Amino acid sequence: MLSAFVDALLLQAGYNAALVAIGAALLGIAAGSGGTFLFLRKRALVSDAVAHATLPGVGIAFMLMVALGGDGRNLPVLLLGSALSAGIGLLAVEWITTRTRLAEDTAIGAVLSVFFGFGIVLLTIIQTMASGYQAGLEGFLLGSTAGMLFADAVVIALGGAISVAFILVLRRPMTLVAFDPEFAAASGVNVRRMDLAMMGLVMAVTVIGLKLVGLILVVALLIIPPVTARLWTERTERVVLLSGLIGGFSGYVGAALSASAPHLPTGAIIVLVGFALFALSLLFAPVRGILAALIRRREFQLRVHRRQGLLALARNEAIFDGLTLSVLRREGLIRQDAVATEEGRAAAAKTLRDESRWAVARELYEDAAESARYDGLAPIESVLTRDAIAEIDRRLGPPAPAS
Amino acid sequence: MSAATLELASDEGRQIAHPAPAESPLAVRELTVSYGEKPAVFSVDATVPAGSMTAIIGPNGAGKSTLLKAALGIVPRISGRVLVFGQPLAQAMHRIAYVPQRASVDWDFPTRVLDVVLMGLYRELGLLGLVRRQHRERALACLERVGMAEFAGRQIGQLSGGQQQRVFLARALAQNADLYLLDEPFAGVDAATEKAIIDVLKALKAEQRTVVCVHHDLATVTQYFDHVLLINLRKIAEGPVATAFTAENLQKTYGGRLATAHIDQLKLPTV
Amino acid sequence: MGADFVTLSLTPLLIGTLAAIACALPGNFLVLRRQALIGDAISHVVLPGVVVAFLITGTVSTWPMLLGAAGAAVVAVVLIELIKRVGRIEPGAAMGVTFTSLFAAGVLLLEQSDTSGVHLDVEHALYGNLESLIWFSGEGWHSLLDPAALADLPPELFRMAAAALLISLLVVLFWRPLKISTFDEGFAGAVGIPTTLFSFGLVITAAVAAVAAFDAVGSIIVIAMFICPPAAARLMTNRLELQVLWSVAFAVLSAVLGYVLAGYGPLWLGGQIAVSAAGMIATVSGVILALACLFAPHRARIGAPKGS
Repeated sequence: MLSAFVDALLLQAGYNAALVAIGAALLGIAAGSGGTFLFLRKRALVSDAVAHATLPGVGIAFMLMVALGGDGRNLPVLLLGSALSAGIGLLAVEWITTRTRLAEDTAIGAVLSVFFGFGIVLLTIIQTMASGYQAGLEGFLLGSTAGMLFADAVVIALGGAISVAFILVLRRPMTLVAFDPEFAAASGVNVRRMDLAMMGLVMAVTVIGLKLVGLILVVALLIIPPVTARLWTERTERVVLLSGLIGGFSGYVGAALSASAPHLPTGAIIVLVGFALFALSLLFAPVRGILAALIRRREFQLRVHRRQGLLALARNEAIFDGLTLSVLRREGLIRQDAVATEEGRAAAAKTLRDESRWAVARELYEDAAESARYDGLAPIESVLTRDAIAEIDRRLGPPAPAS
Repeated sequence: MSAATLELASDEGRQIAHPAPAESPLAVRELTVSYGEKPAVFSVDATVPAGSMTAIIGPNGAGKSTLLKAALGIVPRISGRVLVFGQPLAQAMHRIAYVPQRASVDWDFPTRVLDVVLMGLYRELGLLGLVRRQHRERALACLERVGMAEFAGRQIGQLSGGQQQRVFLARALAQNADLYLLDEPFAGVDAATEKAIIDVLKALKAEQRTVVCVHHDLATVTQYFDHVLLINLRKIAEGPVATAFTAENLQKTYGGRLATAHIDQLKLPTV
Repeated sequence: MGADFVTLSLTPLLIGTLAAIACALPGNFLVLRRQALIGDAISHVVLPGVVVAFLITGTVSTWPMLLGAAGAAVVAVVLIELIKRVGRIEPGAAMGVTFTSLFAAGVLLLEQSDTSGVHLDVEHALYGNLESLIWFSGEGWHSLLDPAALADLPPELFRMAAAALLISLLVVLFWRPLKISTFDEGFAGAVGIPTTLFSFGLVITAAVAAVAAFDAVGSIIVIAMFICPPAAARLMTNRLELQVLWSVAFAVLSAVLGYVLAGYGPLWLGGQIAVSAAGMIATVSGVILALACLFAPHRARIGAPKGS
């Protein structure tokens, strides 16, 4: 198993497997970076409608080819058909959202289920029509690399490469549009055309991914990498880059894993590799990660209670909150019987002083950035310069003696 | 957990701290609320006098609405306590009527004006209580009080902003509460609506009920309210309009955002 | 309409109709809460839930499946909330990550385990086997009065009927708080309605509908019925009470017309064999929605959409 996996990783598991792995990696890069634009426009699930809407096109293309006396399994023609019906699905979503009172999520759900249902009707017709041999169109639901033709693998690899090139060329205007459409329009980018290009890219990725991952799971390639990348960085260009890398890695490793043992469906494995990266990121990402958030939340709560407690001490008010008491006690600011220690009195006086300084500072600095950073917790020394504080103290007069 | 902290925890339950005047309809103690790691309301103590009309005043983002929502338990608080008529919130919630900001709901929702007002009778009707004629008549009477009776059968999306606000007020009237909490009831409404709303609120006060409004328009404070609570993250001041709504307190609340000229226009007493 | 109809078509027709109603009822609230795609997500995560239940118990029986799927729905909802809140990711993307990953896990588990002895595969999960739910002992209308024949009705019928009944009861019982919390969550909280519990309960109810329907009719019908009949119904009326009735009517119409078209349509066109009933029911519901979008009396939005 392990050696088979290493072989596959090193592209030594046969010509087809190597092509599939390269194709999956290219597809992953294209989907990851292309999906980022959709994600940043907050329309990630539109891709779900697009993906499900491909099915009737596949069915009709197949039926047409058979009716014209062909084999019906010509991949480029099937993909063309799927792209056409995906386009119609996309138009339907836009039409419902703009022309009726229904919201976009309803339109997406309606289009995906109805197109998919109709596609299934066509598939059952094809099953009876293609009596004698298996049409193999079910493979488009979940993807199948088993028995993939060499020519098919080439189509996927080529399609992936073209999509990546497309993104490289359009990455600047697309980033602009995704980040701030109004600014983009003002700087001369045609937003409508970029949106169309973005949707075209999503359709291309979906269609190329049909054979490999299947239409149900291909949306994962468009959504999981951008979301994962977003957890690590706040900068748009980096999200695009990172997302492409994550997508490419998932595609490549997933395809290699799936080639290394039986019963490892390619599409599902690629998605799960992507999800594993996502899960790790969600746990450990420095700002948006769960661990970081838990630690920050706790620290914040303790800071709030500490400051509230010190202010109460300074004003000679009794403290009744259990957490406040235990925070102060742990730092040796109060004794067991809640009476302030020497240290506690000093800290309380300092906090009170900080409060008064802030009150003056907010009058002095009014709308300035310094005032905006006032959150009720930050010591004034961490925000203002020593000179500014000296000026405030001059206005305040001498500090009151610690009580 | 040590014995000492256990004891303190139970102390908290018995609410012996700062016993609020039993007659105060709404008192908060050391209330801190935050969204994420930035506090929205920090350590606020406030007591609303019974039978008062209190305005909560402060600049945008000062935590006015948050204070109201935290008092109602709609947003979780980091620390602090809320007492409603001297009792914990859960036991006295039925005595409160809440009017959210108009923009907080989807006015395209498939329902009629009268249905919205009937929502105010939820506590009375319970899960399955039938809406009888007397309920419908009461809801209509509430609509009548805000001058909206003729719109009872309209779909709510067909109303103007001011009309929507009046429907919300009618729903609160149907609750027949002792304490009315309103979140910016005058925001974006026409002059006729503003007049209608203030008349109803003054009538409530005349019935010894307490009214608390998050309020934006400084020019109307002295005319509409008798108490103010000035906040900007912290409480700046509270008390009767005559003593607390001063130029000095406003300057403290709004900082430089409030031009001196503007304050002069309000013709406030200087302390 | 003779004996053949009773044997072959009566039970699938009933099951399809009940499934459509069971899904359309909670669907109304999902659509109004802008959570239409939660239905999509749930119907995807039913697969891993059912597979895990099968792996644990080794059988394909009702209760483990129901629990497995409901468990998967809970896992999905919790994960979505976590991603939304902690990761600060928009809801659509959070859903997309969750349901595709769980579905992929279901596919992998299914491939890895030996399910040759039982009726459990991805195609079945997607479009069910409505046509095969025939009533062997139903030899004509008189069988409806024959206890022995009635005992032989497919168990899916009772399961689906129980689910539809349960969901109808829940909707009636909790109508008022459901309506209030869907319209105005802040107000609902202030009058003491446990809003979090209700939104969670709605998702669980949708999951119950999805699981019960999934076995008999597959997930396509589930998603289509969650969304299309309520969406079309919304365009017919401005009152929630009537909207729900319309949605049930549309659901029944889709199920009956879809089943009949799938079973008899190809015959009328000179074909040999029936097409997928599940797919046809979804298609019909889509046609109804399209017609509603074009002609329904309340199709147009008044003013600007929310949030813009």
